[in-house]
Amino acid sequence: MIRTSIRRAVVPGIAVIALAVTGCGASNESDGGSASDGDSGTSLSGELAGGGASSQDSAQQAWRAAFQGENSGVTITYDPVGSGAGRESFISGAYLFAGTDSYISDDEGELTKATDTCGAEPIEVPAYVSPIAVIFNLPGVDSLNLDAKTIAGIFAGKITTWDDAAIAALNDGVDLPSTKIAPVHRSDDSGTTKNFTDYLSKAGDGAWTDDPSDTWPLKGGESAEGTSGVVAAVKGGEGTIGYADDSQAGGLGKVSIKVGEAFNAPSADGAAKALEVSKPVEGRGEGDMAFDIDRTTTEEGAYPLLLTSYLLACPTYDDANDAELVKAFLTYIVSSDGQQAAADAAGSAPLPDSIAQQATDAVSVIAGK
Amino acid sequence: MPRNKPVTSVGDTVFAGVARTAALAIMLALAGVFVFLFIEGFPGLSAPTDVYRPAEDFLSYVGPLVFGTIWAALVALIIAVPFAIGIALFISHYAPARLAVPIAYVIDLLAAVPSVVYGLWGGLALAQALKPVLVWLDTHLGFIPLFVGPASVTGRTMLTAAIVLAIMIVPIVTAISREIFAQTPRLHEEAAMALGATRWEMIRLAVFPYARSGVISAVMLGLGRALGETMAVAMVLSATQVVTLNLISDTNPATIASNIASNYKEASPDRQAVLIATGLVLFAVTFAVNFAARMVIARGERKIAR
Amino acid sequence: MTTTPIEPELTGIAAGLAAPRLPRIAVILTAVLALAVSGLLALLLGWGIIALLVVAVILFDIGLPVWSRIVEGARYAADRLTTCLVYTSFLVVLVPLVWLIGLVLKNGLSAISVEFLTYSMRGVVGEGGGIYHALMGTLLVTLATAIISVPIGIFAAIYLVEYGKGNRLARTTTFLVDVMTGIPSIVAGLFALSLFVIIFGPAIRIGFAGSVALSLLMIPTVVRSTEEMLRLVPSDLREASYALGISKWRTIVKVVLPTAVGGIVTGVVLAISRVIGETAPLLVVAGATDSVNMNLFSGRMMTLPVYIFQQYSQPGIVPHDGGDPPGYARAWGAALVLIVLVMLLNLIARIIGKIFAPKTDRRR
Repeated sequence: MIRTSIRRAVVPGIAVIALAVTGCGASNESDGGSASDGDSGTSLSGELAGGGASSQDSAQQAWRAAFQGENSGVTITYDPVGSGAGRESFISGAYLFAGTDSYISDDEGELTKATDTCGAEPIEVPAYVSPIAVIFNLPGVDSLNLDAKTIAGIFAGKITTWDDAAIAALNDGVDLPSTKIAPVHRSDDSGTTKNFTDYLSKAGDGAWTDDPSDTWPLKGGESAEGTSGVVAAVKGGEGTIGYADDSQAGGLGKVSIKVGEAFNAPSADGAAKALEVSKPVEGRGEGDMAFDIDRTTTEEGAYPLLLTSYLLACPTYDDANDAELVKAFLTYIVSSDGQQAAADAAGSAPLPDSIAQQATDAVSVIAGK
Repeated sequence: MPRNKPVTSVGDTVFAGVARTAALAIMLALAGVFVFLFIEGFPGLSAPTDVYRPAEDFLSYVGPLVFGTIWAALVALIIAVPFAIGIALFISHYAPARLAVPIAYVIDLLAAVPSVVYGLWGGLALAQALKPVLVWLDTHLGFIPLFVGPASVTGRTMLTAAIVLAIMIVPIVTAISREIFAQTPRLHEEAAMALGATRWEMIRLAVFPYARSGVISAVMLGLGRALGETMAVAMVLSATQVVTLNLISDTNPATIASNIASNYKEASPDRQAVLIATGLVLFAVTFAVNFAARMVIARGERKIAR
Repeated sequence: MTTTPIEPELTGIAAGLAAPRLPRIAVILTAVLALAVSGLLALLLGWGIIALLVVAVILFDIGLPVWSRIVEGARYAADRLTTCLVYTSFLVVLVPLVWLIGLVLKNGLSAISVEFLTYSMRGVVGEGGGIYHALMGTLLVTLATAIISVPIGIFAAIYLVEYGKGNRLARTTTFLVDVMTGIPSIVAGLFALSLFVIIFGPAIRIGFAGSVALSLLMIPTVVRSTEEMLRLVPSDLREASYALGISKWRTIVKVVLPTAVGGIVTGVVLAISRVIGETAPLLVVAGATDSVNMNLFSGRMMTLPVYIFQQYSQPGIVPHDGGDPPGYARAWGAALVLIVLVMLLNLIARIIGKIFAPKTDRRR
């Protein structure tokens, strides 16, 4: 009988504990939510769902944190589901805005479909610009100068030792060991890989023959999961070389790439400069700021190996409140405050002023029907 | 109808019905897995060529993955099973009784360490420590196809992944094996001892025959975990689209599961369908392995019965 | 089968009784010798401490049985050899264990604080933040998983043991449970995703979908362990109950289940400990978020394993003075919390099992 009574006590007991535990929120969230519309000084409220490129995720966290801090009645979600899925959900209307690493195009009819969804050509603004660093781990060597052709040769497996003539020719006075080169690439699909291969194929002077793609196009070689995986693999080996977002490359040697006659190390300024000299994609509407990055630029100080991630939105929304939210959030993102927040949190390059101004103008037309 | 059927009542009918429904629910769930994966994965069988990059079509895409999946699991099993049985015996028959319980508890806990943590450890700690071992294997045992090298400079090889997998399997196989070893009828054991058998002879003659099918099903469970393990492999293995027996180089086949996890977050809808289709293949592979293992057990049981 | 092979060796056994045995000190002597020899080799060839220990263990494992073979004969040598191997295998597996747990403890303890346990990641940039949202997510998702899986699993096991008795449905179910045991976790995740995508559209990510995926992994474990335990209930008990004129379902509820409840609870908790650390299915269907979400049926839900993976794969910006990005510390801290959670569950299960367990002369 004792057994039965214990059993009778245990079940509700567990239920009570579960309720008690789940009944309270996190300490840092207690004053969030819809509790205090009046304090915030803005009239914005509601929920805004977006998603897409995972490269933007860290930056989106920072933007959300700041924006929700300013507007406590607003809850914004950003699902890092990938660029493709983000565009698809944007077209289907599940997301009010989407992040994408490659600009929307009509290769698969997406631009047309998005235009249908929005009722007008969608607005597309660059939001997240990040230099990609070519990182290496070679004891005794802290910095290297390479051109795109040599980098392509290394990653294609044609240049196999560090004292290869092609490398030595670019690095006078550097004592290169005969260590074998172990190139490390991403094992997961990523916009970083796409931009890196795009750089190699456009600037590589014929040394890179594959089309740019999210997936690493070659078989064989060292690979690792995610930016952090690549950085860990490069750190863990000797004679390794890889590519990763500049912000994650701490402590490793970075390659200065050849731009014109100079060699430029990765930097936010350099990436911004390279974006500035790039041409907008032709045949796009006013609100569509898609860029074809000029990988072969010779502009002084530019760093053309960069990743650009865009935000997609509609110029008009059925719901006026939705429109207000999207407009306010996107305006914040392209503002200097928003860009600085992303630079602090994710190590991205703030948009150059001219492009930021253009983006602000593009976003300003968003309105309700 | 069972001979000892007792009084029936409404309660009986209801209770039997609920129990039967539960059994049917399991059937439905499995059918659901197949049906829904098929619906979502079917377009992936014949997607445009560039979706399969760097392969050309679905078969050439999934082939190396299937190979990698089975190869990694097999190597892991070969490493893990002897150790697992050793530890199970240690707990059930060798260790002092006072130590056996806490040791068993610690091994059980291992099963609960999340695979992500194994991945962290494997990628950051184990891979580093294995580098000299890989070089040693390359120079001294390079004539064996498994160790032709060249040894990876980062240590993120198939061998590393298999060792991580093995460590993840050990507690599973151990936990079940030791239960079964401990259930050996005491009379059998004492009879063997009374005849003057050494401890090993007692185990060989009394424990192993009794435990055989149980141990095989334990190994099967371990194999299931190894075949489907995702995060640990994705975080440890340096993978690409190849088929090779080489365990120690930087060029290794991926496993289906790790490939899905790696490529899921940036997948286009086409590629997503391809990945789900590979998931269906993984399902089929584990199904086939389980089926084969069951056949082995069934045959073993018939032999014992004879 | 179990007795026949012994008979021809009986003469050997008789001889064995009089045969000389190794002195007790032989084990220690061999160990010291093995260490000394490998130490010498290490000095000569410049090995590290690990190689030294490996060689010492190998030498010991060879040396003792060889000595035993010379003094005691083949049978005792075989016994010594297996004893050595069993102890060695235990020691070898202990190495990664201690290494792993040590690493988690070392890195995890320094990350854990009150803030870490009570804060979510909402609005956190750089250092700080915590795991509260992930902890809640894990508890809720796991609870929902248990609510789905435990009844189905236990009733299916009851059907198999008490009702099915080898009929076609029972045989099929046993087979399917075996198949289900082998379902890779990522496939379970893809299944839940496919299911919910077909119903709710491509952007659906909810905690409950995670529970559905995890249930697929938990049910077979529950069925198997419950089945084992029910089969261990002696049929005498059932027959005694029937003899008293008690109906079958009351026999099951009042006699069979209470007898097996200790084992069943232990099995359920082990099943929970298997699914609570699953990452892949939750990564695919439950998504990730930085805020507390207490609603299983709407919105993304963070869970501890996914949190660990996210902090590892997006650890934030590397500090200017080098070192690790802030995410790594959070990942280790969350790993420690997850392991402690599972340990607690195990402990509770053991206590419950002890309370409910009937008094039998069980060994260990």
